Amino acid sequence: MATSPLDHLDDEISRLLAEISALASLDELIAAEATLTGRRSVLSTLQKSLGSLEPEERRTAGAQLQAARREVESALEVRRGLLEAQSRAQVLERDRLDLGDVVTEQVPWTTSVGHPGLVALTQRALEDVFVGMGFTVSDGPEVESDWYNFEALNIPPAHPARGLWDTFYVELGEPETVVLRTHTSPTQVHLMETAVATGTLPIHSVMPGRCYRRDTPDARHLYTFHQIEGLVIDRGITFADLAGVIETFTRAYFGPDITSRLRPGYFPFTEPSAEFEVTCTICRGEGCRTCSFTGWIELGGCGMVDPAVLAAVGVDAEEWSGFAFGFGIDRCAQMRHQLSDMRALTENDARFLEQFS
Amino acid sequence: MKISLAWLREFVELDESPEALRVVLDDLGLVVEGVVVVGEGLEDVVVARVDEIRAIKGADRVRLVLVDAGGDPLEIVCGATNFEVGNYVPLAPIGAVLPGGFEIQERVMRGVTSHGMLCSARELDLSTDHEGLMILDALIEPRVGEHLTTALHITPDVVFDISVEGNRPDAWSVEGVARDLAARLGRTLRAPAVASPNALESSQSFAAASIEDPELCGRLTVSVLRNVTVAPSPAWVAQRLTTAGMRPISNVVDASNFVMLELGQPTHPYDAAHVAGHTLRARRARPGETLTTLDGVERTLATSGRGLGDTGEDCVIVDGDDRVLGLGGIMGGAASEISATTSDVLLEAAFFDPMTVARSSKRHGLRSEASNRFERGVDPTLALRAAGRYVEILRESVPDLQWLADPIDVQGNLPTPPTITLNEADVERLLGVSLAMSDIEEILTGLDFTVVEHGASLQVTAPSRRLDVREGALGRADVIEEVARLYGYGRLARRNPAWSEPGGLTPRQHQRRHVRDVVVDAGALEAWTPTLVSDAEFDLLHAGVARVRIANPLSAEESVLRATMITGLTRAWARNVERGVGDVLLCEFGVVFQHPSLVDSPRRTRGGAGGTLTLELPSENERLSVVLGRPGDDARTAVALWEMMRGRLGLEDVVVRTTSEAPRGLHPTRSAALVDRGSGSILGYVGEVDPELVRAATNAAPTRRLGLLDLDLDAILDPDRATPVSPVVHLPSRYPSAAVDLAFVTPRAVNAADLAASLRATSGLVESVRLFDVYEGVGLPEGTRSLAFHLRLSAEDRTLGDDEITEVRAALLEAAAALGAVLR
Repeated sequence: MATSPLDHLDDEISRLLAEISALASLDELIAAEATLTGRRSVLSTLQKSLGSLEPEERRTAGAQLQAARREVESALEVRRGLLEAQSRAQVLERDRLDLGDVVTEQVPWTTSVGHPGLVALTQRALEDVFVGMGFTVSDGPEVESDWYNFEALNIPPAHPARGLWDTFYVELGEPETVVLRTHTSPTQVHLMETAVATGTLPIHSVMPGRCYRRDTPDARHLYTFHQIEGLVIDRGITFADLAGVIETFTRAYFGPDITSRLRPGYFPFTEPSAEFEVTCTICRGEGCRTCSFTGWIELGGCGMVDPAVLAAVGVDAEEWSGFAFGFGIDRCAQMRHQLSDMRALTENDARFLEQFS
Repeated sequence: MKISLAWLREFVELDESPEALRVVLDDLGLVVEGVVVVGEGLEDVVVARVDEIRAIKGADRVRLVLVDAGGDPLEIVCGATNFEVGNYVPLAPIGAVLPGGFEIQERVMRGVTSHGMLCSARELDLSTDHEGLMILDALIEPRVGEHLTTALHITPDVVFDISVEGNRPDAWSVEGVARDLAARLGRTLRAPAVASPNALESSQSFAAASIEDPELCGRLTVSVLRNVTVAPSPAWVAQRLTTAGMRPISNVVDASNFVMLELGQPTHPYDAAHVAGHTLRARRARPGETLTTLDGVERTLATSGRGLGDTGEDCVIVDGDDRVLGLGGIMGGAASEISATTSDVLLEAAFFDPMTVARSSKRHGLRSEASNRFERGVDPTLALRAAGRYVEILRESVPDLQWLADPIDVQGNLPTPPTITLNEADVERLLGVSLAMSDIEEILTGLDFTVVEHGASLQVTAPSRRLDVREGALGRADVIEEVARLYGYGRLARRNPAWSEPGGLTPRQHQRRHVRDVVVDAGALEAWTPTLVSDAEFDLLHAGVARVRIANPLSAEESVLRATMITGLTRAWARNVERGVGDVLLCEFGVVFQHPSLVDSPRRTRGGAGGTLTLELPSENERLSVVLGRPGDDARTAVALWEMMRGRLGLEDVVVRTTSEAPRGLHPTRSAALVDRGSGSILGYVGEVDPELVRAATNAAPTRRLGLLDLDLDAILDPDRATPVSPVVHLPSRYPSAAVDLAFVTPRAVNAADLAASLRATSGLVESVRLFDVYEGVGLPEGTRSLAFHLRLSAEDRTLGDDEITEVRAALLEAAAALGAVLR
């Protein structure tokens, strides 16, 4: 029986594996690669020698050699991973710095001029207007249950009205029960629930915050946006109070020559509902392309809190009534700064960011 | 919804200009999103017949067409190919001005002179069709040379694009809009002509209908129409549909669409020859049943519900063999579709339960003009009137049409219009103005509410079409809204409410603003990076960590809630480097999320239908992350930034403490925790961005260190965790203080700030302790370094004597020794 070129394969493998485990650095490994698995390796030499075998034998031997190659290569990769980690650890170790020992006065400090974000800036200005009008400010979470985002607001499951909000659903719990809030209204529900539970009605609050709607971004929309809503629950609150608050806000924020008007609208959580419009800030009401030559720009929605919402949160509608309103913070920023493409807000170009103060 | 002014004028007299009407419509809540003038500028366009088509040498996109337009034959160069010799097409001759002001002139193309232009429907503003020339053969009795406006019965018209709110299905029709206008303007609403059955033969003798599931189908009417000839619609009907954005198909189908647009009632014509037993039944679909709808898609019915609140129910219309013909109120099936040979028609006009239609339509992803109306609620009493109108329209093109007597009308469960008690005080309580009862009554009766005076109050019953009006107190709000709407929101009072509770920010909100001011004052630009990231982006720092996933992301790139802002800010910095403006300090205020399974006691809340489930929500952590990316920035500048901020934020005592457990994203050996000594809370981390992350963000070996400050705002804004400096002012001593410098050889393990705190606590006479130098290396034992402090000693009531200073110094050395620090 003729000797096979692979008679000593096991020994060769053991030798190669031993060589690999002896490699002490990445440099060594890279230098040795050619002789371990590369063209100058025993494995390659053996591969060439298979040519002299009969086809049947060649197949068996080829498979055997392939398995051996895989074993060696995988050992080499494991070693490489280990050495890389070691090398990284060494680099990191050389880099080590005890930050407790930093002597602040010895640290060179470059002066640069900072700028707040346009959204934060706008949100603050809006909050300030409402605080001046006697409102508090309320915060709330960005992930909510469908109860707070929809059902307590008189939008039952599967109701077509849910389609008004393109909702991102979160993969938690039963399908469609956890959502990225589509508006800050859930914060209103939390506020009312808490006030009822603690007996601390009335409520006069605005709730600014980040919201999400599943809408392909373009120059006018981002799927992440910021909204500010307001809620008043008190004794004897009427639609006239709502119209008055909207008007006062409009003048305070946009200036004395900008006024507001309400026209009928539909929201499941208010009745009567209204859209509110303000004088076009570009043409000051003369009529231009921005306002489609109407002189008015639609800003937001509002209305008297629907009795169904009051019932859902346990507010006694005989004693209390209220109104709610909401509009886009980003939209206000867009109007005030004539921002032609909203997407600039998330591109974080330093040349854009440094324009706001 | 596109509404033609000419059509509106058939219902109500309207002399106002389109601009004036727009204002009225807007004020009624029927918001006009656009106004388009159609049929203008067509005065010069004539009907022409194609007599010959020739190729033009060297041109493969245009051909020479010889047309007869009444005079001499004309040569026209034309790019369209959808016509042949003998077709009739619109011709705009030389000198004609098309809609939009385009004037036709003699043009030479490929050496051939074109004496006019053959037009597509879009070029004439008659529809959006631009697939080729408008072919007139089927539309008219073609007469060469006739004006197109005469041939097509086109009169210039104005089309309002009106957005109808979801609670106003009653306004989703020409009649509905006209009704609101009539009520507002105090004019009469004219009723359109409707036909009556004209055959003696009873409907029952030919057809049958039944409702098996009365909660899904509230009413099913079937009219039998015989002697039907399927043909093109009369031009004016086709024109109405085209103006409304619908494509004319055939008289039988067009009449159905016409009635839907005009009155708001969807109807469905079946070819009676394909309806077994001429029987229509409405029932709940059974699991496993299928239907191929008119759009050619095979649909499996009554599958289990998808999404919250979906019962999985479908209401189907079946025939006498129990074969499914259509999805009730949504779309018919292909099998019983009207064809050219149809001669008997069963016309279905029904009421379907809105929620059933809404669920089915959503589950099957199938929206139609019909489903859009049914899911909001169609007037349950409208069906037979709509059938009468349908016949009236169809009769024009089918003079011999027979409508069998006594149309079949089967009832299921129908909503009953609520009756609401209303008095003046209710209206004033909600609107804040006092309206006279007579005014209220007039407004409501104008909208077909039935109003009965009952002592001081009104008993108001909504018309059947007002399915949005609810019972009791809810309905009262609905009715008052109608009063306000018709009265005019602009005429209502405005008042500034006053309350005694003060407004203002919470301490947390004040402090949040303060943090922003401080970091911006320190030189940071505020960025806004994505909350939704890809798996790969998430994995950069949190490979193998449970993540909060979006079920319906816009793309895989935006499918996971971020667990850190460090990645986003590092990328934002890298982008600025590419732009050549990377020497910046970027910060972001925002929320990062954690899967509830990673949190000991996750946020729990109610949810699901009726709020009956308890749901676990992701934890939300508000943070401020700052990346220091200017040349020379590193962990040290990050510490300096923190020290500046700490001082400005008035935090009592926060130690920068090396940690072996810095969160991912921080440099493993150049980071430290910020520990509030009073509460033991970690307020955040300071250090550098992990060079591996910088490599990933820049796709290159890092050339610059990136300082990093990552603050937990939930901790920083909580005075129980971030201990504030006492508000009580300390008056400095009026007596001179003594300066003492001490350098200690200190074991590495001892934190400099801990040692400083220890020194400070040694005696009431220690006014301040400040680290001013750190030395390590030659001359010091392995594992130690020298920490040099500058101390000031003073007493409130005297100048310290030498012996006192010596005493304090000894105590200081003792305190240092307790920590293993030895005077150098």
